[in-house]
Amino acid sequence: MSDKVLLAHGSGGKLAHEIIHNNFLSALDNPILNQLDDSAIINAEGKLAFTTDSYVVQPIFFPGGDIGKLAICGTVNDLAMVGAKPLYLSLAFIIEEGLPIKDLRKIIASIKETADEAGVIIVTGDTKVVNRGSADRLFINTAGIGIIPPGVNISGHNAQPGDAVIINGTIGDHGIAVLSQREGLGFTTKLESDCSPLNGLVAEMLEVSNAIRCLRDPTRGGLASTLNELAEQSGVSIRIEEDKIPVREEVGSACEMLGLDPLHVANEGKLVAIVDAEDAEAIVARMQKNQYGRDAAIIGEVQEEHPGRVVMKTRLGTSRIVDMLVGEPLPRIC
Amino acid sequence: MAIANDFRRSELVAGLVRSINQHATREARFMEFCGGHTVAILKNGIRQLLPPAIALTSGPGCPVCVTDNADLDKAIALARLPNLIMASFGDMLRVPGSSSSLQEARAAGSDIRIVYSPLDALELARTNPQKSVVFLAVGFETTAPGVAASVLQAKKEGLKNYYILSLHKLCPPITKVLLDSGEINIHGLICPGHVSAIIGSNPWQFIARDYGIPCVVSGFEPLDILQCVDMLTQQVARKEAKVEIAYKRSVTPQGNLTAIKIMEQVFQPAPSCWRGVGKVADSGLVLKPEFKDFDAELNFDFDPGPTKTQKGCICGDILRGVKTPQECKLFRKVCTPMSPVGPCMVSSEGSCAAYYHYGEEDVR
Ligand code: SF4
Repeated sequence: MSDKVLLAHGSGGKLAHEIIHNNFLSALDNPILNQLDDSAIINAEGKLAFTTDSYVVQPIFFPGGDIGKLAICGTVNDLAMVGAKPLYLSLAFIIEEGLPIKDLRKIIASIKETADEAGVIIVTGDTKVVNRGSADRLFINTAGIGIIPPGVNISGHNAQPGDAVIINGTIGDHGIAVLSQREGLGFTTKLESDCSPLNGLVAEMLEVSNAIRCLRDPTRGGLASTLNELAEQSGVSIRIEEDKIPVREEVGSACEMLGLDPLHVANEGKLVAIVDAEDAEAIVARMQKNQYGRDAAIIGEVQEEHPGRVVMKTRLGTSRIVDMLVGEPLPRIC
Repeated sequence: MAIANDFRRSELVAGLVRSINQHATREARFMEFCGGHTVAILKNGIRQLLPPAIALTSGPGCPVCVTDNADLDKAIALARLPNLIMASFGDMLRVPGSSSSLQEARAAGSDIRIVYSPLDALELARTNPQKSVVFLAVGFETTAPGVAASVLQAKKEGLKNYYILSLHKLCPPITKVLLDSGEINIHGLICPGHVSAIIGSNPWQFIARDYGIPCVVSGFEPLDILQCVDMLTQQVARKEAKVEIAYKRSVTPQGNLTAIKIMEQVFQPAPSCWRGVGKVADSGLVLKPEFKDFDAELNFDFDPGPTKTQKGCICGDILRGVKTPQECKLFRKVCTPMSPVGPCMVSSEGSCAAYYHYGEEDVR
């Protein structure tokens, strides 16, 4: 057997059968997936949440994770951000021919591990192999279904003046960890991506409070873009304090060196919660007991005037507008 | 720990602000040469801390912005050649030239790759021996040593398909031109930190000596900038003009001798075209004759076409410190980071982009 993925592996013939059985089915084994019919058949009752996302990260292995872990966490987290309990995921691979089989195996193992941790099962999947140059090593798409418990109403439209803004930990870890893997940036770091499934944390937060109004994961575009989206959707302004936002020292100094703003750097295991100020401290205390919320903090508040605007009190005591990221965050030349 | 640091920082800030207020006995205008400083000043709301007597003006220090349309057109024409990979810093892709941009060329099929360093471009040359790889060498003295090192390495390895298009620019000569023009009236210069880490603070001496203008090299942390403004304000109050360093952790008077040596080994000064200024003698770098095999301009046939300027865009005036972005009629209305008209709105260090993102409106 070849040690690389070949075009023929995606042809639907014997080789395709082999790659699916030997790699995917053996690892992800569960009764629904094992049926191998054209669609998965599942039972679900209640209000359903349904989401999808595609993952194209480069490099596909990075400190603290890989594209497989990311593909599970991203979709699990999107479900968790509307308060849903994630249950079932689909998994589709687009593979550039030549990908080493051992890399594929590693990624599938990581998918299995992450899915187990999040308590979701992969119920359906697909694999395509494309010509060299038609994809960049590996692209993954996942879609997910979850159930929203009765009484939970979480949406980006719900923020109200007076609410508190919470983050579950340090920002920018994922973006800087991935960037540090690119050649020629001239810095090395022990930093790891924060990539993690947050549904457990959200479930615990919902136990403490029924006044969680908005949840959102600040992935690409960073905290700044998420806060702007929420301010816009809810027609409020958000005021945050630079001093209160947790940033690792390595992230801070890498950002200084590269001319990036930590507020614009991507996260994969972070959530922003906007909650009734009265419950805020109890929620944060509970979050801090969870491994993914240890550095949780209240970072600001929701205000009425200047709807749509996000303002930050800087460490110097001055104020400035916090804008959405436009385009890609690019290291400076000078 | 974090709390102690924050406390210490606010004490330091308060001390510097007090000192600036004390010494700002007359009106003074300081120019921050570097786009990185413009961004840091706006991002940290530093103007809000300064007394009305002290004004800050942006200068020409964004390497993307000062690249002239004629040079951008050369890069775009080169990128269109068959069998050629153009390697560029990401910021350059969206900058509009006379009639197109690298991004448009890429969409039309040119092979243009974003790299983070000339070493990435060198690696492209190694892995694509059947193609020519041209590195778009944009930048000040900060990037030139790295590019010089890549050329030396290519020579050592005998790579025959690696080229650079050198659009490098030098900071002290353009500063002299701006001061000689008499267009700007400044009382102090905030000298660029990263550039001075390479060239040292000595090359700024002529400004203090010949023009009587105080110079202080600054880092990019808000405290560095405040310290720099304080030192300039004190020099003005004492009617002094000397070169000082507010960024001692990275900058010495002599600079980085290894970097300077490698730069001088590979490059020699040449005239260069600056947006809004025109041709300035000895303000650019070209490869020395012994490295001419690596010079993209000498080794390819290409036609950049006629040079045109963007109608209504006042980037040139902004780079000379004569106008501010808000004075541009297109600012925020027609020209935004999503659809930029001029380079100052594209580059992450461009003045227009910095004013757009961090605003100067009252945010208190
Ligand atoms: S706002 Fe746009 S058009 Fe006006 S000077 Fe700046 S870049 Fe040029």
